[in-house]
Amino acid sequence: MTPAIVIGASSGGMEAIRQVLSGLPDKFEVPVLIVLHIGSNNINHYLSLLGSNIGFRVKEAGEKEAIESSTVYFAPPNYHLQVEANFTFSLSIDAKVNYSRPSIDVLFETAAWTYKEKLIGVLLTGSNSDGASGLKAIKEYGGTTIVENPASAYTNTMPLAAIDASTPDYVLDLKDIAQKITELCAGN
Amino acid sequence: MHISQKTVDTEEIELDLFLQAIHLKYGYDFRNYNKAHLRRRINQRLQLSGLKTISELQNRVLWEKEFFQTLIQDLSITVTEMFRDPEFYAAFRKKVIPDLKTYAHIKVWHAGCSTGEEVYSFAILLKEEGILSKTRIYATDINKNALATAKQGIYSSKEMEQYTRNYMEAGGAGKLSDYYTSKYGSVLFDQSLVKNVVFADHNLVTDGVFAEINLVFCRNVLIYFDKFLQNKVLTLFSNSLTKRGFLCLGTKESLQFSEEEANYSDIDKKMKIYRKLTGSL
Repeated sequence: MTPAIVIGASSGGMEAIRQVLSGLPDKFEVPVLIVLHIGSNNINHYLSLLGSNIGFRVKEAGEKEAIESSTVYFAPPNYHLQVEANFTFSLSIDAKVNYSRPSIDVLFETAAWTYKEKLIGVLLTGSNSDGASGLKAIKEYGGTTIVENPASAYTNTMPLAAIDASTPDYVLDLKDIAQKITELCAGN
Repeated sequence: MHISQKTVDTEEIELDLFLQAIHLKYGYDFRNYNKAHLRRRINQRLQLSGLKTISELQNRVLWEKEFFQTLIQDLSITVTEMFRDPEFYAAFRKKVIPDLKTYAHIKVWHAGCSTGEEVYSFAILLKEEGILSKTRIYATDINKNALATAKQGIYSSKEMEQYTRNYMEAGGAGKLSDYYTSKYGSVLFDQSLVKNVVFADHNLVTDGVFAEINLVFCRNVLIYFDKFLQNKVLTLFSNSLTKRGFLCLGTKESLQFSEEEANYSDIDKKMKIYRKLTGSL
């Protein structure tokens, strides 16, 4: 089974995600699945900007789309993004989780079920507690977890909530996260 | 706690057996729903009931009929809002309404209407376009409680601010508040809007076609189904629609790559409004 990376971020997340992705090598093949809290706002502009700055494909995850390598997928605004057992995406308009749709917990939890120990979960800046139980699920299913250092994060509520809910494998400054992901994937 | 590979696979087995048990005992077939969605809903029920495994849940569901009614609420899709995706309604006004106006009678099937917010939205739109009185709407769902709410047309007034915004963005001709009365934190929608609406219990997975439908409205239901079931339901819609009938799906749903793709033309690609071709069966 090929590995995958899931990333969750809220306020300050646009810049934090850009930093992590641009720190990955151009030949990076592991798929990256992202929930960025953006409410029902359109993210196309952000995605095309991001795509023009990094070496791999950036797109909104499509309903029933198969997860492919060398691609970064973002949850569509106002839908939860889920990973199915056959490595495809499904979407849902279920109630908000942690006041959020898309919710980081929903992506992390369903990705953990499918990718198990092959999953790396990364939780970045944010001002709510979404992602904490998702990150815990990733650990329970044998995956690896990274939380942005609350001391240096743009907003520390989300990293703190995650550290409170389960012990992350790594707590790192934003600038060091891409390097750690690269190392972990190389060792896989 | 570290859950080993072996335990995790057991959960998948449990889920399959559970869905099989529900189908055999109660006739509801969730086997081709997206599993991630089902597992999330079932896990919530496990937590609320203080149960540890899906097998324990299966035991209760098989032996307690009342408990199954709770579970049906968990598994069906009840999240909806008025004029969800206002852009869709605006496109519908512009690109579909002019054709509908030329019809003597219009038959609409609103499949998966849940608690009815979009039924009232749609009725308001038709009323403003002057064609509500010649339209009959069949609004169906598998969830009887949701249908009961839909029939009543009573919703929380908390949502009205958002719905009013949606209504205006959807190109509403008046004020949304013209269509409801407020009382004690609730609003009651004008029941003349649903005079020609038949609310009915219908299961897309196991029940049959409706005859001579001019417009099928089924938004954000197919996203909960796997590919196989999506194709099956799309065929059901095709068999229900008249020639040149309209099909409206959710904005993230599509006929693309489905078995029915060749039988339709695009009316609005982005808003997923399709029209059945004359030549198709």
